[in-house]
Amino acid sequence: MTTTDPRNSGPRTSDPRTSDPYAGSRETTEGRVYTVTGGDWDLTFGSDPLAEERLVINMGPQHPSTHGVLRLVLDLEGETVTKARVVIGYLHTGIEKNIEYRNWTQGTTFVTRMDYLAPLFNETAYCLAVERLLGVEVPERATTIRVLVMELNRIASHLVGLATFGMEMGALTGMTNGFRERELVLDLLEEITGLRMNHAYVRPGGLAQDLPEGVEAKIREFLTVMPERVTGFHRLLTGQPIWQRRLRDIGYLDVTGCLALGVTGPILRSAGLPWDLRKVEPYCGYETYDFEVPTADTSDAWGRYLVRMAEITESLKIVEQALDRLRPGPVMIEDKKIAWPAQLSLGADGMGQSLDHVKHIMGQSMEALIHHFKLVTEGFRVPAGQVYQAIESPRGELGFHVVSDGGTRPFRVHVRDPSFVNLQATAAMSEGGMIADVIAAIASIDPVMGGVDR
Amino acid sequence: MTGAFRTGSFGVSGTGDTSGFGGLVRVEPGGAVALHSTERPYGGWFDEVTDALIEAVGQATYDAAVPRVLVDRGEITYFVEREHLLVLVQALRDDDALRFELCSSVSGVDYLDSGGPVDARRLHVLYHLTSMTYRRRIRLEVAVTVEDPRVPSVTRVYPTADWHEREAFDMFGVVFDGHPALTRILMPDDWDGHPQRKDYPLGGVPVEYHGATIPPPDERRSYR
Repeated sequence: MTTTDPRNSGPRTSDPRTSDPYAGSRETTEGRVYTVTGGDWDLTFGSDPLAEERLVINMGPQHPSTHGVLRLVLDLEGETVTKARVVIGYLHTGIEKNIEYRNWTQGTTFVTRMDYLAPLFNETAYCLAVERLLGVEVPERATTIRVLVMELNRIASHLVGLATFGMEMGALTGMTNGFRERELVLDLLEEITGLRMNHAYVRPGGLAQDLPEGVEAKIREFLTVMPERVTGFHRLLTGQPIWQRRLRDIGYLDVTGCLALGVTGPILRSAGLPWDLRKVEPYCGYETYDFEVPTADTSDAWGRYLVRMAEITESLKIVEQALDRLRPGPVMIEDKKIAWPAQLSLGADGMGQSLDHVKHIMGQSMEALIHHFKLVTEGFRVPAGQVYQAIESPRGELGFHVVSDGGTRPFRVHVRDPSFVNLQATAAMSEGGMIADVIAAIASIDPVMGGVDR
Repeated sequence: MTGAFRTGSFGVSGTGDTSGFGGLVRVEPGGAVALHSTERPYGGWFDEVTDALIEAVGQATYDAAVPRVLVDRGEITYFVEREHLLVLVQALRDDDALRFELCSSVSGVDYLDSGGPVDARRLHVLYHLTSMTYRRRIRLEVAVTVEDPRVPSVTRVYPTADWHEREAFDMFGVVFDGHPALTRILMPDDWDGHPQRKDYPLGGVPVEYHGATIPPPDERRSYR
């Protein structure tokens, strides 16, 4: 078969191995030369005028404005999103499985790595669950310090939420300011726990260690600095017309939608329902603190922004009250069968068992040595049973379902992470809107992929 | 009812037992799936909820649906037969006296080798329901076998269960009938097996540190 093609002047061969409608060939003195002409998709698939505009794009998993490794599969017609599908799992680390192979105290070091912007919430929720299984009460000072560090952590988490919000909306100064303010909190947390993130500070039975000397004055100093920084944030973003127009009426989800999709936290409160587990189901003595639950009635990204800003101010109030009621006392329960670490102190080579304790177990008491050895290698046993402990994390209801079979290791730990559940609302918030508003909707959900994928 | 027997101490059995306690036989003080149940009255609002539930679905359905109830550590668990699950959750969500509007969590637990009585229905699916109106939480628990791991999907009643059920399917292989798109969610689509089942190994490699070799976590000595 020989055809003449205006794009290809040479005669085509009829060799079946080379007959290709899109790559004709001709013989030259240098050998056979193929000319690839490319596919004519209209001929191949037919031209459907309606489907012509439909475009499926993958946003992520490595897109700077998808909040980490989140992948969105978007069906677009022009700029309009007709379908938004969320694909997760890119940061799955098997934490829930791993916990089953460590003892109860080591579980803290795993759960702290899930929602990495709110590590102290993960630790506290896990420890509250373990303590309920054990049936023990932690000392009052430990509870107060837990509230203190959790609320500091909430401020840091909301600041990152606002910073990334700003970055994703193109308000880069919001990003730099948010991270700068967060550094203040992280410095405090580093001083208290020894680490900026992944603290493993809250342990079953209490805390790893008491507050270091002088940190209370630093927290009070922070309390005086932070309100004007919040005001600065308001001055930078809240009144800004571009910021308002990017956020208002975007990512709409009302109370009915929130409840159907299980959405909690600032998103639910931005729809007008003052549902905050610190108020409705108090834990850690939150019922004795004086604070408000900020709400908005706009059900959109704008309302969520305002709710988070207001929650920073409320958290500052709680931190101040927690500081005021700190009284000297133990930060770990008396029961030496559970209390681990027994005694920590800061040595020349870093944090470790206190030298007095080492001297005691190594030189003075055989029983103490045996006990220490058993506690460290074997851990403590937790009576069989299961509990579900929920607390209010910066992103909503953080629930720990912990099962014990009576052994020294958790039999099963399931985490109801608020980001995981809230992310389901992406389609409801963004379908029918513009592609740029998908980013605003996701940013207003403020998911942390470490928590979503665990 | 007491739990099962367990042999040995320090989790060591067969060769490798240097403790001398390998021949020890002890009775577990009730494993995690011990088939005990709580008799009425349950105390607190638990009776109110149970009465309202019986009124909503009828005594006969309730008796068939809920073979036992467990009140432990201030939480109430209804053990539910899967055939009646949807009737129950519909009533729990819609009845004025119940109003469990929020499905907080759906998850799985594999009770293989849990120290409790041997039960073929080792895969459990748990539903944590929250009533925002009354500020109450309850737990429903459905048990199925590995051979027939089918449970009706509650996504029509609680749309939020969508991802929860996909995760439970992904991790435990529980098949939720009626789920709109039951696919893997955390693991890759072509993954073999269900990682959080107890017979699925954790995996890992031995790590050398300061000249000593530390085995992977699932091969280390376990103390049960």
